[in-house]
Amino acid sequence: MIWNIPFITVIVLIAVGLYAVLFKRNLIKIAVGITIIESGVNLFLITLGYRKGGVAPIYTNLPPNVEIPKGMVLPVPQALTLTSIVIGVAVLALILSFTMKIYEHYKSLDSHIVRRLKE
Amino acid sequence: MSEEKNNGRMSIIVRTIASSVFPFIVIFSFYIIMHGHLTPGGGFQGGSVAASAIVMLIAAYGYRKVDERVKENSLACIESIGAIIFVAVAFVGLFMAASFMYNFLVGSPFFGEIPHGGNTGILNSGGILPILNIAVGLKVMAGLSAVVAVMALSAGEKK
Amino acid sequence: MNLIQQMPAILIGMPLIAAFLTPIIDRVNKKIRNGFVIVVLILEEIFMITLAWHVFTNGIAIYTMGASNPSIVPLQAAVPIRIVLEIDGMSAFMGLISATVCLAAGIYSISFIKEGNGKGKYYTLLLIMLVGMLGMEFTGDLFNLFVFLEILSITSCALIAYRNWYGDAVEGAFKYMVVSNIAALFVLFAIGLLYSRYDLLNIAAISKIMEYGSLEKIALVLLVSAFAMKCGAVPMHFWAPDSYTVAPAPITAILVSASQASLYALFRTCFSLYGNLMDYHSIGIVLILFGLLSMFIGVTMALPQKDIKRLMAYHAVSQTGYMLLGVGVGLYLLGSSNFNTYGVKAMEGGIFHIINHAMYKGLLFLTAGAIFYRLKTRNLNEMGGLAHTMKFTSIFFIIGALAIAGIPPFNGFASKLLIYEACYKVNPILSIIAMLVSILTLASFVKVFHSAFMGPKLHDVEEAPKSLLIGMGILTFVIILFGLFPGWVVNNIVHPAVTALANRIDYINAVMGG
Repeated sequence: MIWNIPFITVIVLIAVGLYAVLFKRNLIKIAVGITIIESGVNLFLITLGYRKGGVAPIYTNLPPNVEIPKGMVLPVPQALTLTSIVIGVAVLALILSFTMKIYEHYKSLDSHIVRRLKE
Repeated sequence: MSEEKNNGRMSIIVRTIASSVFPFIVIFSFYIIMHGHLTPGGGFQGGSVAASAIVMLIAAYGYRKVDERVKENSLACIESIGAIIFVAVAFVGLFMAASFMYNFLVGSPFFGEIPHGGNTGILNSGGILPILNIAVGLKVMAGLSAVVAVMALSAGEKK
Repeated sequence: MNLIQQMPAILIGMPLIAAFLTPIIDRVNKKIRNGFVIVVLILEEIFMITLAWHVFTNGIAIYTMGASNPSIVPLQAAVPIRIVLEIDGMSAFMGLISATVCLAAGIYSISFIKEGNGKGKYYTLLLIMLVGMLGMEFTGDLFNLFVFLEILSITSCALIAYRNWYGDAVEGAFKYMVVSNIAALFVLFAIGLLYSRYDLLNIAAISKIMEYGSLEKIALVLLVSAFAMKCGAVPMHFWAPDSYTVAPAPITAILVSASQASLYALFRTCFSLYGNLMDYHSIGIVLILFGLLSMFIGVTMALPQKDIKRLMAYHAVSQTGYMLLGVGVGLYLLGSSNFNTYGVKAMEGGIFHIINHAMYKGLLFLTAGAIFYRLKTRNLNEMGGLAHTMKFTSIFFIIGALAIAGIPPFNGFASKLLIYEACYKVNPILSIIAMLVSILTLASFVKVFHSAFMGPKLHDVEEAPKSLLIGMGILTFVIILFGLFPGWVVNNIVHPAVTALANRIDYINAVMGG
């Protein structure tokens, strides 16, 4: 059971994020929702690579009595997560700058007011 | 209120601390970039630390003061140069040696050493990886601080 | 050094380095910058044709990043290490589309993008968009697919919002950003699920040892729904009209082929990753349903539109339905004895329609852009009598409209005929709906042509500038060429793509050996 907690957290995070994206009207809350989904996916990737009692996969200052490579956690999911975080930063910066521009034009961040395209 | 009066500056305590901590943050970011191939971290992390130093200056001194010193155009230029170095190193691998991103520096005296087993803190190793880390570090530092600077600038214009 | 062998990496690397050189050249001289971008795009087109020719004649090309011999994948205990690019017939086919559309749009942009203070960065983003599309189409690695997907969506969002002095441009970009980012995160989650099962990221390697269990089913559903969301199939199509409408015209033309890159990823997932392991009957029916819904709802939504680009955007949704229908019928028949007779024919129709759609829809969006360039409006009610002065633009529009409606001798006719024929054998209703949609498409474009180009001379405007005409001319040339020699195109370009997609074993063996 205790090992499933990260996975349950992943589901909860993704659900909360999707809720924010689908039901919140404030555009900044939508951006936050996307970031929460992304954290959920990142947590999922990191949890995949975890090994019980494993150390970080770095040779420098390795603690003694660590079996190589069995005593280390998997490095590939960490690389994947890092890439996904980098992409997430770019996405967040872009979405927030869109939000700023939208506020400039519409003087509002309510998604029910920001709908000039529907007409 | 007081922020607008002071042209976005914060109090003298914050400003003094910010300027005295600034060099240490930058040096720390260089450490992270240079040790990217040996320890956790690398170009992106080091670059973000350096960008955070510039963000700190913007917070302490106000965006106009920082904008006078660090032009957004030159930041964009540095960012492009970082990316060009990255791709150019990859292309040198293609044209001079075997394939795109080929680690052609292995065995050469410059970053070429490959210690057997665990390489405890030997900076002179990793082939092209340190160069790529430096390029990414430059790009991330310039890119992230340009993003924050532009956002601060356009948020300030609206007031 | 063998240039053909290195071509995949050059194709992805060259626009990348050119993209970052552009802002620096931009500071020196604007004219040199324009020339530089065009030269890079032309070189890209030439290299792409060379590589495609090589792939069509010699089979799948493999490129391993950073290996001492890029054509051989280093295997360690049946695990391919390093990132592998795998270019088979389908990838080369999609690459040809992307390169051609980007060339036309790049030339078109020179005169079109006059306003705004970030013109250097406009070309940077355009070139990176090309990188994203080519990367998605070439890669043989799931995570790499995700990275290129994100590169593509970030750059396209930034370009949709290029005219940020209009509020609606930013609004459309925000919508697209939310949708495409959630789709990309679904893809990443699915990749994580597959990685947790197999410890692999290479498509061919996963495909080789895959067993179809419940985890794989969840991953399949996530992948199919995410890519369908990105390509604008109907239940998830709401972003397409908004973002297509507000983007600058050349970017809209590229966006069409960008959503087709997602379509490619969808087909690659269905055919190469899962193939005949999965329940291809049900997935085929799902794709057919997506296709029928997109076709019908897209065209009915298009009929009452007054905004010329919004109308065309709904037609883009509707045309995506044809591709999903054709390939869905192929997937439905996969493994049955009928596949080699009319299953292949349906897929040929669907895939031929991809390139036709990219060409004529790109052309139509470019003509709409030319009208916008002169009149500064997209509203059909304010247009009229443009054929008096904008002669070339109206000719290009007629060619594009006839091609999209499937009138011979233009290329839309050839691919639609293949789809009608093959679908009729599966179920006549499919063909009947497809023909009905085609008629409605023609009706809708007759309306546009009548209200925009015919009638008395209302506006005193000149013909569009030369670079716009050259950009449109390239696409028109391809349309006429494909319309005149459809047999040659189907045999030499489309058929290799279809066989590459249907032959999962070849795709696996190219990486895993034997």
